[in-house]
Amino acid sequence: MGRTLAEKVWDDHVVRRAEGEPDLLFIDLHLLHEVTSPQAFDGLRRSGRRVRRLDLTIATEDHNTPTLDIDKPIADPVSRAQLETLRKNCADFGVRLHPLGDVEQGVVHVVGPQLGLTQPGTTVVCGDSHTSTHGAFGALAFGIGTSQVEHVLATQTLPMARPRTMAVTVEGELPDGVTAKDLILAIIARIGTGGGQGYVLEYRGPAVEKLSMEARMTICNMSIEAGARAGMIAPDETTFAYLKDRPHAPQGEDWDAAVAYWRTLRSDEDAVFDAEVVIDAAELSPFVTWGTNPGQGAPLSADVPDPASYEDASERHAAEKALQYMGLEAGQSLRSITVDTVFVGSCTNGRIEDLRAAAGVLKDRKVADGVRMLVVPGSARVGLQAVSEGLDVVFKEAGAEWRHAGCSMCLGMNPDQLAPGERSASTSNRNFEGRQGKGGRTHLVSPQVAAATAVLGHLASPADLTDTARTPAGAR
Amino acid sequence: MEAFTTHTGRAVPLRRSNVDTDQIIPAHWLKKVTRDGFEDGLFEAWRKDPGFVLNRPERQGATVLVAGPDFGTGSSREHAVWALQNYGFKAVISSRFADIFRGNSLKNGLLTVVLDQQTVDALWQLTEADPGTEVTVDLQAREVRAGEITAPFELDENARWRLLNGLDDISLTLRNEDDITAYEAQRPSFKPRTLPV
Repeated sequence: MGRTLAEKVWDDHVVRRAEGEPDLLFIDLHLLHEVTSPQAFDGLRRSGRRVRRLDLTIATEDHNTPTLDIDKPIADPVSRAQLETLRKNCADFGVRLHPLGDVEQGVVHVVGPQLGLTQPGTTVVCGDSHTSTHGAFGALAFGIGTSQVEHVLATQTLPMARPRTMAVTVEGELPDGVTAKDLILAIIARIGTGGGQGYVLEYRGPAVEKLSMEARMTICNMSIEAGARAGMIAPDETTFAYLKDRPHAPQGEDWDAAVAYWRTLRSDEDAVFDAEVVIDAAELSPFVTWGTNPGQGAPLSADVPDPASYEDASERHAAEKALQYMGLEAGQSLRSITVDTVFVGSCTNGRIEDLRAAAGVLKDRKVADGVRMLVVPGSARVGLQAVSEGLDVVFKEAGAEWRHAGCSMCLGMNPDQLAPGERSASTSNRNFEGRQGKGGRTHLVSPQVAAATAVLGHLASPADLTDTARTPAGAR
Repeated sequence: MEAFTTHTGRAVPLRRSNVDTDQIIPAHWLKKVTRDGFEDGLFEAWRKDPGFVLNRPERQGATVLVAGPDFGTGSSREHAVWALQNYGFKAVISSRFADIFRGNSLKNGLLTVVLDQQTVDALWQLTEADPGTEVTVDLQAREVRAGEITAPFELDENARWRLLNGLDDISLTLRNEDDITAYEAQRPSFKPRTLPV
């Protein structure tokens, strides 16, 4: 019988298989950041262990880092202490680190791919659930807890139970104005936040094959919001073209050998998935969330749902609680929801294509009065690229704030937070209660919807912007 | 890791689904660099409400959390498990757990027990009607007992063995170090490296 993509990558990494035990899996790439690693390094010290494979390990700083005044000492002493702890741990153990201020610093899931470290057929782990992002390259990539971080540091392996596989097949073609973010939000709304539990998702079908690498990363990134630890997309010419000549991509003969191997990384025709979901891309439109989990979403053209319409008692109860927290009424149109803040950034939508998309909507337009818009590149390199294209100028002229790279308002561990009761349209990945700041209310959206929302002050798509909203450059 | 064999204690019925890790322990607590001291951060936002179940006097000292489906969704933060343990919880019961949270819990000796929603409903009713009800989570017998309820649960034999004996994963893995070295020796040269070798 044929094997799925996930099964092929899995099988190629089994160090030891024994009856009644989880497989022992070799890890090709271990990404570290400041939040989930300190206790792991402490564990190594206590047991007198070293990092087994420094050449497969890399660290950066992202969750705590400020996005303003990065040349000054970090104001929050607790954040500063955590970053200093990472620096000391990396120095003590010999781990390569890209700290704040370094040109390769940024959100760990933006940094790995852009360095060319994330490659097809590899296993990638990080103490962060959005490690699923790297699956866009046909890597088996998943988030791990701190105990597992210590385990990988010490052994470069993980004991893991073999996951089941689910095919998410997207037929047809995405309509104009519909993005990867809309697609993944619609998938999560369909299968639910627990729908992917125990599975590795494989996104496939014509609509997926047409996506750029960055769009594929947006899709795989939010696999975890559907409950799946990992999501994957089979590597193809788009993948190889993205990787070619990146700093850590294979060179010369190694490149040829790698591509030959990568071409084998497709689910076989006769492979059997444990579950399958089919989505018709043609039916999709811009999608936003209204609730407090990522599965509580709807097309932008819809109304806030009535909790009474849910048959399942637990879903009904969850919807009631969500509307109460979000300060919304059943039946009000999603477009009528006004926001205070717009956030463009994160490992979901903080790459250059995302910034181009948002800038394309904002060009010659203004952020609405009373709306604060933050644009935070996913990495220092993305920021430099944006500046070289003049995108920072577009954002600043529109009245948005152009910031330095990091996780920023996606989770508000740094000073970028919502105040209680404030509402955001955010290109990030989680709309949990208080996620972006205590009492903050989050609507998850695409970069295009974020930018249109910033201009109009209420949830909107670029199609809602009339031509008159654009100010000719000479008129300013 | 602390061994888990059997535990008996009073319960906290938490009638919420999709209890995500940002609710269990908000992000600002994640700046700590230790595994302890997270108890005050547990359900921090919800605990501001005096009526929240954890704040009620009859729930003080309870050690078994009985929650709605999809408990522990969201981030990979192991701090969520530490916060529950620091507060005093020994076991969590739900009809569905998020994968990463579940893995983290079992690596720390916090037993996460999957029971069907009907049984969870019955446990909610029982422990709401009488907060003094004791719930036993018996890993040796693989069952939960409370009042008239006896509910068997499943846990894979390897995870159970590690928990019952409080075994350290890293030491177990390093028993197979020869296998790791052999695997490393045959990895293709085109695999990525973060450092020159």
